[in-house]
Amino acid sequence: MNRLTYIGIFIAVILIIVAIFAPFIVTHDVTAINTAIKYAAPSGEHWFGTDALGRDVFSRLITGARISLQVGITVTVVSVVIGTIIGAIAGFYGGWVDKFLSGYLFNVFLAFPGLLLAIALVAFLGAGLGKLILALCIIGWVGYARVMRGQVLKVREFDFVQAARALGASNLRILFIHILPNAIQPLIVQASLGMAGAVLSEASLSFLGLGIQPPAPSWGTMIEEARGFDTLSNPQHLLFFPGIAIALTVLAFNFIGDGLREYLDPKQRKR
Amino acid sequence: MKYKLINFAKQLGLLLLVVWTVVSLVTLLIEIVPGDPATAILGENATPEQIANFNQKHGLDKPAFFFSIKSEKGFEWHGADNRYLDYWKGVVTGDLGKSFRTDRPVQDMIFERYPNTIKLALAAMFIAILIAVPLGVLAGTNKGTLIDNFSSFFALLGISLPSFVTGPFLVYVFAVKLNIFAPTGSYNPEDIVLPAFTLGAALSAILTRMVRSSVIEELGEDYVRTARAKGLSERIVVYKHVLKNGLIPVVTILGLQLGVLLAGAIITEKIFMWQGLGLLLLDDGIAKRDYRIVQGCVLVISVTYILANSLTDLVYSWLDPRIRLT
Repeated sequence: MNRLTYIGIFIAVILIIVAIFAPFIVTHDVTAINTAIKYAAPSGEHWFGTDALGRDVFSRLITGARISLQVGITVTVVSVVIGTIIGAIAGFYGGWVDKFLSGYLFNVFLAFPGLLLAIALVAFLGAGLGKLILALCIIGWVGYARVMRGQVLKVREFDFVQAARALGASNLRILFIHILPNAIQPLIVQASLGMAGAVLSEASLSFLGLGIQPPAPSWGTMIEEARGFDTLSNPQHLLFFPGIAIALTVLAFNFIGDGLREYLDPKQRKR
Repeated sequence: MKYKLINFAKQLGLLLLVVWTVVSLVTLLIEIVPGDPATAILGENATPEQIANFNQKHGLDKPAFFFSIKSEKGFEWHGADNRYLDYWKGVVTGDLGKSFRTDRPVQDMIFERYPNTIKLALAAMFIAILIAVPLGVLAGTNKGTLIDNFSSFFALLGISLPSFVTGPFLVYVFAVKLNIFAPTGSYNPEDIVLPAFTLGAALSAILTRMVRSSVIEELGEDYVRTARAKGLSERIVVYKHVLKNGLIPVVTILGLQLGVLLAGAIITEKIFMWQGLGLLLLDDGIAKRDYRIVQGCVLVISVTYILANSLTDLVYSWLDPRIRLT
């Protein structure tokens, strides 16, 4: 693994620690409004300054990390599980099951570009943490399902699968004990990149006002609040810190994903 | 030839099936709204007559689908006079319903805004190509050098920074500090520059990486050795031979990305108040709970996306005969 991968892992570990211990790290109440100190520049008292309502940006950023990772991890885990099951079924059973799943169902979900389906779902369902996670899972699983299907198609032809079948193992046993453990590798890479995508999607939807609702401090919401009309000529720390936070998080998981891909694929390692 | 036609028909059939499902999903989305649209539009204080009038005007008094299954009544058959079929009849005849708030036909509002979104997507693509091809070629031909590392860093940055961070940053630098462009709006021709850069940044990053790896791969091919052995200058080898072959995968990505750009434009349009389809969806549709507008926008954006993708597949297999749709 290259240096960037280690940097990615380092950042991710710090993020996770920060997210877990957020309540002990914050220096101020994240929702406490004090307009007397609005737009204060970074100082000893407010490390990252204060926002339009005089709230402490550092504390909001730390709490935001918690929300961000919570959504990211939940969405990734749920999507991976659903995607693995559906993809494995499509690849393993083949025939009309595969035709229906990969030929039709995958294509329907891939027919909505990017965030559009999530935006539409949240628009009709209403905003909120649970609905946001649901919407992101609905758009997220199909990517994993596609990878899993391809993997299972490949692995099921291997000799040890034939051997297991000859020994009289049931379909379920072959699928879960023999095929899945040998097919899961690319999914780990995909999940790491998907984690970056989920964090980005949450921030995007919150930025549009369709995700985490104020006063909860999502990074996306913080950026939306930072670019209010009167802020354009006001201190830029409001934009800078959440922007850096999102970029670092996404970079970290992209680094990890890229590094793992190289590590797991010997063909790429030589380059 | 016969095989080709059958294959084409199969693809077309699948395409139609997917479009049918997408339209159906969009049609039925309105059913998952908590409460009913009439109260959302008219407010809590609306009288029952007002609500009934509103529902009748927009066809909301009819049953949602051919049948319904409710716990108190069980299975109930409603017949053909339902909202699902009504919306489909509208779609086929080019009528996407009327706005719940202004009574304007939704298709008029969409086609008023659509050209702006396409303009923005194409401008973003143009900027992305302008950055990515030279940078990718430079990085690929100078593998492992400082230039290569710089371009890799740039690419990663572009992928990791979302548009709602780059956008306001560009506004701050070029509108507030340098005063070159207007911060928002779509009134003057130059107003497109900042939104197009914002939308194109991520794409240019992806493309740079693709061009780079494509160039590296092609440089190892035999024909490159032949070209060099002929005594061609390195510039001609790279630009005339390598780039031509290396661009095939890039063209596919561009086609696929056109749809992504159309969807990504939603956020960029919001940042710059660019009067496109995305802003119509967000400000007139979602913010005002005008569900007809939301349905129309989602429908048009996703169908455009599907068509752009299918067209790319077609062009791709035509460009490179080795690739056949399976």
